[in-house]
Amino acid sequence: MSFVEYEELIKEGDTAIIFLGHGSMFPVQVQHGAQTQTKYGVIRHSAHLIGQPYGSRVTCSKGGWVYVLHPTPELWTLNLPHRTQILYSTDISIITMMLELKPGSIVCESGTGSGSLSHAIIRTVAPTGHLHTVEFHQQRAQKAEEEFREHRVDRWVTVRNQDVCKNGFGVSHVADAVFLDIPSPWEAIGHAKDALKVEGGRLCSFSPCIEQVQRTCQALAEHGFIEVTTLEILLREYNVRTANLPLPDLGGALDPLPVLGEAQFKIGVPLKETVGHTGYLTFASKSLF
Amino acid sequence: MEGTKGEGQTGGGTMENNAEQPRQQDHLIRDGDFVVLKREDVFKAVQVQRRKKVTFEKQWFFLDNVIGHSYGTTFEVSSGGNLQPKKMMEEITSETKEAGIDNRNIVDDGKSQKLTQDDIKALKDKGIKGEEIVQQLIENSTTFRDKTEFAQDKYIKKKKKKYEAVITVVKPSTRILSIMYYAREPGKINYMRYDTLAQMLTLGNIHAGNKMIVMETCAGLVLGAVMERMGGFGSIIQMYPGGGPVRAATTCFGFPKSFFNSLYEFPLGKVNSLLNGTFSSKALPSESKDSISVEENNGVLLDDLQTSPKEMEENIIEVIENNHPQQETMEVISQEAEYKEQKERGNKKDYIQEFQKKQEQQKKRQIEAAALLNERNADGLIIASRYHPTPLALSLLEFVAPSRPFVIYCHYKEPLVECYTKLRERGGVINLRLSETWLRNYQVLPDRSHPKLMMSGGGGYLLSGITVANDKQKPESCAVELQKNEEPIAKKRKVEESEDLP
Repeated sequence: MSFVEYEELIKEGDTAIIFLGHGSMFPVQVQHGAQTQTKYGVIRHSAHLIGQPYGSRVTCSKGGWVYVLHPTPELWTLNLPHRTQILYSTDISIITMMLELKPGSIVCESGTGSGSLSHAIIRTVAPTGHLHTVEFHQQRAQKAEEEFREHRVDRWVTVRNQDVCKNGFGVSHVADAVFLDIPSPWEAIGHAKDALKVEGGRLCSFSPCIEQVQRTCQALAEHGFIEVTTLEILLREYNVRTANLPLPDLGGALDPLPVLGEAQFKIGVPLKETVGHTGYLTFASKSLF
Repeated sequence: MEGTKGEGQTGGGTMENNAEQPRQQDHLIRDGDFVVLKREDVFKAVQVQRRKKVTFEKQWFFLDNVIGHSYGTTFEVSSGGNLQPKKMMEEITSETKEAGIDNRNIVDDGKSQKLTQDDIKALKDKGIKGEEIVQQLIENSTTFRDKTEFAQDKYIKKKKKKYEAVITVVKPSTRILSIMYYAREPGKINYMRYDTLAQMLTLGNIHAGNKMIVMETCAGLVLGAVMERMGGFGSIIQMYPGGGPVRAATTCFGFPKSFFNSLYEFPLGKVNSLLNGTFSSKALPSESKDSISVEENNGVLLDDLQTSPKEMEENIIEVIENNHPQQETMEVISQEAEYKEQKERGNKKDYIQEFQKKQEQQKKRQIEAAALLNERNADGLIIASRYHPTPLALSLLEFVAPSRPFVIYCHYKEPLVECYTKLRERGGVINLRLSETWLRNYQVLPDRSHPKLMMSGGGGYLLSGITVANDKQKPESCAVELQKNEEPIAKKRKVEESEDLP
């Protein structure tokens, strides 16, 4: 396994995703001799996981079964241990596209947080790109570094434990893109400009509050950034169900239509409750002049 | 840690073996480059060629002067259609800080502008710079000083937009091209909004090294987006309906030739024969059976070439141009040098030989594509077409390995509801999700921040999921999910015997 390369078989040290059904899943670190408890019984790594193909069905001790999935940044985002608020795949997808990330891109990010976006960036820029990520919280920085090693993606990422607003990204004129998810992004715009390549690049800042966006946009204008746009993306999910509507009794048949009974059809119903706001995404380009 | 080896150096320093060209030159516009012209929020994709007249937003000009400048440079159209680089200017802050508080005394009598239409035309004909015309309009507006500061701002912006035509030359990317297509040719891409495309690339875990199957009728935009994310690493098999894949939008990306080495195409019409094992390579280029009619002249010969994907492109572009002469999205696409030469040379025998050679090559590629598909171990499937998604999904998923994501786009929700149900019946898929994204743009200005416009409905829907090992003998294998989704009462899990255990 690797987060940047598919492999067929599960092996020692892999992070695998155990899928219990209907969105219920959790990650495991595959180890010889290790056991994992689920509500369907125990999974013995040596017997049930190692050497098996990803995507296969694993029968647990009580007879119930689960699927074991190859890790991806998207599955990791749904299963990672939260140390902070995280970005979800809906925001991540538009960030990745609007920052024009692709294999070979050099990216600066701050803060690292729980590493949700970091994994997605690494996946996209590998095998020839690099991520420079800055986290001022020492414990979080360390934990992120550990995870990158466990996930065998550490060669594509450098974690720096410093304050991006004071000390910047630790690199200068190398980045194709900069991403900011910090409380006061306006204080880091100058450093972002310095981190971006001389010939230009893209910037994105994520903020939950409109006041933060306003100050960021002002700072972007002062530093000569152009093409400044702010947007918000919302996910709407639908449950697929069979719906029944009883036909009304109008008192006898006038025409050949069925008088009584039900009309049945498949529908997609919006979830009862859904995420209404995560944050505003402000994008800009570094100007050449 | 290891990863720090490249820090502090230029991007090129950390590159491993991908140095096709000196990277530091990549930001300069070269002759023959595919570029995108940008004016305000309007885009147009063109190929840079010397002495070639380009029309964009009711102006015509030549691109000769953009060569050698950096991408992102802004130009101004001068007389004779030459483009002159323009430095970014400081916003002219109106020296007269005079402004009104409200509009209670502003009356629309249609006489506030003292310059007549003819005066303005005369100014333009004299070749006076746009910014000066704007200044004159302000000076000759009797109400300007009474307008509020915000209204003055808005007035200037509006006039600038009209009279100061500046054009920025930008590098093509999925971001630019998908925004361009959605704004200008949404019908060509099945109304797929750019945020929906972004979701597809992420949900599909598109990245370097993948072996992807792509079935699209989005002018090659989705293919191009997948190619960009794969960066020339891995392989793509494009399934196409009809005589050949459409790649008009793909061409706009200006990918290096190497990206096409691992791009295969396979006719959709042969999928069933491939699945049931009756596929034969002999039957392959059946569309082009009636080879070239030798007596015809060159002009007609072109029509016979439709089976060849490359030439197909050019036809498509012509169609675009003919159908939408007023729309200027893609003017230039692929000018195959050899192709042109042949056309001019008019040597029929050479031409036919060349054609047969191409046919042979095409056949060989299709056999390679068939072999790749037959391994049934693709790393993902992307469907975005004008066809009903269900039969496509049911067939093409057979070529995908277990534990891989797939994403299906449809402009409408209902076919995806059906597809969802059919996939459940088939089994071998989990985590099915039917979704849509809404995109909201904001105006952010001091004291004037608000949402710009609501985009909804028109962006299309996605059905995504993950493949798993499909035990055909046990169609009830998805019982758990079905129960949970449709009958919340039935909490009990179907207990399977441990046949799978070694």
